[in-house]
Amino acid sequence: MKKSWIILGVVALIIVIAISSIVGSYNSMVTMDEAVSGQWSQVENVYQRRADLIPNLVNTVKGYAAHEKETLEGVIEARSKATQTTIDPSKLNAESIKQFAAAQDGLSSALSKLMVVVERYPDLKANQNFLELQAQLEGTENRISVERKKFNETAKEYNTFIRKFPKNIWAGMFGFEKRDYFESQEGADKAPEVQF
Amino acid sequence: MIIEKQIKTFLQLTVKFRRVTKRFLLILLLLTVFTSVRAQETCLLDQKPVQDLVQDYAGVLTDSEEQGLRQALIAFNDTVSNQILVVTVTDLCGYDKADFTYSLGEKWGVGQKGKDNGIVIMVKPKEIDGKGEAFIAPGYGLEGVLPDAIAKRIMENEMIPHFKEKDYYGGIAAAVTTVMEITGGEYTADDYAKKAKMKNFIPFIVILLIMGIIFYTRAKQARRYAATNGLGFWAAWSLMNAASRSHSGSFGNFTSGGGSFGGGSSFGGFGGGSFGGGGAGGSW
Repeated sequence: MKKSWIILGVVALIIVIAISSIVGSYNSMVTMDEAVSGQWSQVENVYQRRADLIPNLVNTVKGYAAHEKETLEGVIEARSKATQTTIDPSKLNAESIKQFAAAQDGLSSALSKLMVVVERYPDLKANQNFLELQAQLEGTENRISVERKKFNETAKEYNTFIRKFPKNIWAGMFGFEKRDYFESQEGADKAPEVQF
Repeated sequence: MIIEKQIKTFLQLTVKFRRVTKRFLLILLLLTVFTSVRAQETCLLDQKPVQDLVQDYAGVLTDSEEQGLRQALIAFNDTVSNQILVVTVTDLCGYDKADFTYSLGEKWGVGQKGKDNGIVIMVKPKEIDGKGEAFIAPGYGLEGVLPDAIAKRIMENEMIPHFKEKDYYGGIAAAVTTVMEITGGEYTADDYAKKAKMKNFIPFIVILLIMGIIFYTRAKQARRYAATNGLGFWAAWSLMNAASRSHSGSFGNFTSGGGSFGGGSSFGGFGGGSFGGGGAGGSW
């Protein structure tokens, strides 16, 4: 009689511990999953920040280099393409990230072409307004790389968390899936070739 | 006879033990020296945060310049709670100047947590490898008051002209003054003081609670003691206290826990601020 009570108590204790551990890891998974989504909106924010700088930049350059029409139009077009591509954080996956990155990289290369063209206009390069825009653009590129890095770090933290035993069991049960990273596109880091 | 022998062996053992500990301490000392030498060789980014607002690794400031700058930065931290770290380095560990500067701020947590009101001013003198580089990186919370364009202007107008003439102190001091003027209004010391008060308040409550519990259990015991021995409550209380006085000295431990506050002219440490890649740099 007494023995069976002890066994029952032990079993109950084990169940309580197991449930509390499941609840704990479930809640942590939710928190970390939200952190990844939150970090993604930070990434989109900084890209948006860059897009917001462009109209001003294009106008300033136009004042000095109006006949570089082709390059300027290229930038505007790439910008509109880039701003159209946004991802709902809940639909974040390798495919959508790739699309997003491709659109943004298009804008990056159009911008670097513009910066090469600008080299030919010393008056423009001395313009205070242009210098400040350039500083802002550089800062924004830095912010982009920081936020991308932070996004990958949060995603990695979450992925490591849900893949560890025994949390991988609960993650599978509750449908927590591995998050994809923001990979660098091939050739995106390379500076464009200068053609004369 | 037997006792004497035992004492002798005991004494021999203690001597041996002492020798062993001495050797052990020597090894420990050598190890710490070795690791500290190694630590200097590794990149600044991989090191533990050095809790100092002026860190002149490139050796371009004199002692009095360094001290003056440090006092100004500590005073600024105490009044406005913005933390400005001035660091001169000899090596960017292969990083870009921007990347190096905000990585340092992020890793060391310059600024207060939540406010992210740190600023890192990094200078790599030209004399080291022929390329002078500098960067001003504000934390997330100060990007609004110190936008990239302003940081760039400080860099171009106040720092680089001085640096070109090898006047590193002049450039750094001018930049620090301007940065202080610009960011000085952003956060008042008020909410920082409130936070510090709360920090002191919580351990106080905990101690009060523990004391209350001790008092309660003691009183309960004393009442029982009084009932069983036919004494009055207070007589029993004082008797019990007398008996346990020998081990009542453990309370002193609490005072050391909260002792890191105050200290007018010393720096309390970085608060865990975060950096988002803002700011501007330049080279000469």
